[in-house]
Amino acid sequence: MSAGATLAMRKITKRFPGVLANDRVDFYAQHGEIHALLGENGAGKSTLMNILTGLYWPDEGEISIRGEVVNFRAPRDAVLQGVGMVHQHFRLVRSFTVAENITLGMRQEGFWWRPQVVEQKIATLAATYGMAVEPKAKIWQLSVGEQQRVEIMKMLYRGAQILILDEPTAVLTPQEVKELFRNLRQLAESGKTVIFITHKLHEVMAYADRITVLRNGRSVAVREKAETSIKELAHLMVGRELSPEISKPPNTNQQEILRLEGVCALNDRGLPSLRNVSLTVTKGEIIAFAGVAGNGQRELAEVVTGLRPITTGRFWLHGQDVTSCSARQLIDAGVGHIPEDRKGMGLVPNMAIMENAILKSYRDRSVCPGYWLDHKAIRQRAEQLVTAFGVKTATLDSPVRLMSGGNLQKLLLAREVSAGPDLIIAVYPVRGLDVAATEYIHQLLVEQRNQGTSILLVSEDLDEIFKLADRVAVIFEGQIMGILPIKQANLDEVGLMMAGARASEVALG
Amino acid sequence: MDSAFYIAILTAAITAGTPLLYAALGELLAERSGVLNLGVEGMMLVGAVAGFLTTVATANLWLGVASAMLAGGALAFVHAFLSITMRANQVVTGLALTIFGTGISSLIGRRLIGVPLPITFSDTPLPFLSELPIIGTVFFRHDPLVYLSYLLVPLVWVFLYWTRVGQNFVAVGEDPAAADAVGINVNLVRYIGVIIGGMLAGLAGAYLTLALAPVWLDGMTAGRGWIAIALVIFATWNPIRAMFGAYLFGGVAALGFRIQILGWPISPFYLQMMPYIFTILVLIFVTYQGRARKLGAPAALGLHYDREDR
Repeated sequence: MSAGATLAMRKITKRFPGVLANDRVDFYAQHGEIHALLGENGAGKSTLMNILTGLYWPDEGEISIRGEVVNFRAPRDAVLQGVGMVHQHFRLVRSFTVAENITLGMRQEGFWWRPQVVEQKIATLAATYGMAVEPKAKIWQLSVGEQQRVEIMKMLYRGAQILILDEPTAVLTPQEVKELFRNLRQLAESGKTVIFITHKLHEVMAYADRITVLRNGRSVAVREKAETSIKELAHLMVGRELSPEISKPPNTNQQEILRLEGVCALNDRGLPSLRNVSLTVTKGEIIAFAGVAGNGQRELAEVVTGLRPITTGRFWLHGQDVTSCSARQLIDAGVGHIPEDRKGMGLVPNMAIMENAILKSYRDRSVCPGYWLDHKAIRQRAEQLVTAFGVKTATLDSPVRLMSGGNLQKLLLAREVSAGPDLIIAVYPVRGLDVAATEYIHQLLVEQRNQGTSILLVSEDLDEIFKLADRVAVIFEGQIMGILPIKQANLDEVGLMMAGARASEVALG
Repeated sequence: MDSAFYIAILTAAITAGTPLLYAALGELLAERSGVLNLGVEGMMLVGAVAGFLTTVATANLWLGVASAMLAGGALAFVHAFLSITMRANQVVTGLALTIFGTGISSLIGRRLIGVPLPITFSDTPLPFLSELPIIGTVFFRHDPLVYLSYLLVPLVWVFLYWTRVGQNFVAVGEDPAAADAVGINVNLVRYIGVIIGGMLAGLAGAYLTLALAPVWLDGMTAGRGWIAIALVIFATWNPIRAMFGAYLFGGVAALGFRIQILGWPISPFYLQMMPYIFTILVLIFVTYQGRARKLGAPAALGLHYDREDR
């Protein structure tokens, strides 16, 4: 099989200081197939693909395309050999038009910028592959799904035969995901090789033809989709069995913790970002906010934690009006916050673990009895947290910026949970974490729920939401499209609502 | 005050605005590639003294212009090296170069104070065009460097908006990661932007010593480099608007001078302050406007680019 492969990467090794990112990895892909490169964060998927696209040089190993050995010194060389990559963070100039982005940097396009000619070519290409793009539109006017389409068109325009997509579904609604893979299937059928990087198992089973699994920088298995299962893939990817379902006893408590009524707020640019948000959170429930990033989730979290002023509306905590309370008053009232930006807002990267552990309690008599901080007490408390929450660290005095994402998040959670809050606002709590850390955090959140803490969870990952939440609220352009008990919600419904359909409309079909 | 007065002011606005225009176009190119160059003032001074020295020595104006551009470009190369290759803070580097340029031009120019220039750029009315009523007098009875600037403006405009190379240039200033991903050499583009910018600043300096003044005085740019930087913001990084802006500022300076001649009872100090006060007012106005809509600043202005950064 490897002999006739369109793309063959043999014994690829890449070392970074202190890390062996790829260890003699073999990877083969055929034309006409959709090939999934499956692995956890840090398994070496992106490194491997960055080598294939000429961004990194391999320390050892060789790449051949259609039987010929190639040597890429820069991304341009890879493009000339028909290798195109769609990065997770799109590489598009936001103030440029679609047409300008698609042809940017192409020497063969001549000296003058001739929009009509380029737009014509793009239209032809778009028609060939059944992908709708508007060449005259500016990138900033487009939705994320459309921007991704522009990235794919950009590669096709440059004659890509091998198309690589890095975590392509991370920012898409379920409907956009379907549309994406419909397009990719059409590309594969026209003879191209499509490779996508992912760690989502169900996606692999739904859309890939073949799967290569990477673990700890090595390729551990290649499977045809028909011959494998989610269970086997999970085992291959993680290297052990996943822990069983988290136990979640039903929640019958109806005591109101948080109530929002008609809350409106502006975003950083001064535009309305929350429109008339009303909801009630009861004791001991996890209510999840589903939505594509940038639809007001961040603003909502900041409103409830007192970081963002409200333009109209009010909200109550334990029945008390806290609309105009400061962040400190809300912390004292029992609101914990796990912000989206854990290194910027959650922890101070240059300060030690000790100092970060008491960031919110330096007014507390136990660590600061008078004017001075009691370092002994602080150290003790930090030690307790680190031990109790399994934070891996050599010392308590090293700055937290040196810690891995999973450990950072554990420390942050340890600090917030140990304050004994009644309500925790958790914004993308497992983003960028590996499977083990994700499991741990999920476990911890559910434990907190079981002990009676209410959790307001903001997430883009519907799997996470369906696993953890008691109720799901879908937010779109700052409005709540509907709130459903998780048992009555299904994936398609939530997906449609994420794209702007009302719950009532979805129910009517 | 009759029409002759206004025509005289407009004519003077062009000559006073020309050094601002050259410097602003240079800064515009550097900033479009994503590098803030606060060394313009220093580069103008170095250009001014180099141009003056060369022309005194050789009695050749164009050699003077060439050496001014060389001197400005050389100083800009230092800025490019420090801020692009060494990733130094662009603001600090630029300020340091302005201080350095002021010092070194003063050192070189020590013996040039009071020295007469053997030859200067003189007004050469263009045939036909200069005969046009009003417009002919205002625009087409100037020296060759003014005419050169007339050509440069549309050239820069066409380059930025209608050529693919210009598009690469703008893309580097907007999103270097996107430019890098399609094989554009980000650092090369930035070097070119900064060095051409410095050469134009040098040319702007030469205009002062070879046409406008024409003598050498310590620190004779008198903040024109800073006004040019403000002009780029005022012009929202558009060369055509930079031209209008330059003449507007030139006009304000010329007006102060004329009012002084007319003998109005205003302290000459206030009149000399006018361009600088005007700069502040314009910046306040533009920034205020910019809060509501997109200002048009290159998105990556002042930021380093490193491929390995995430």
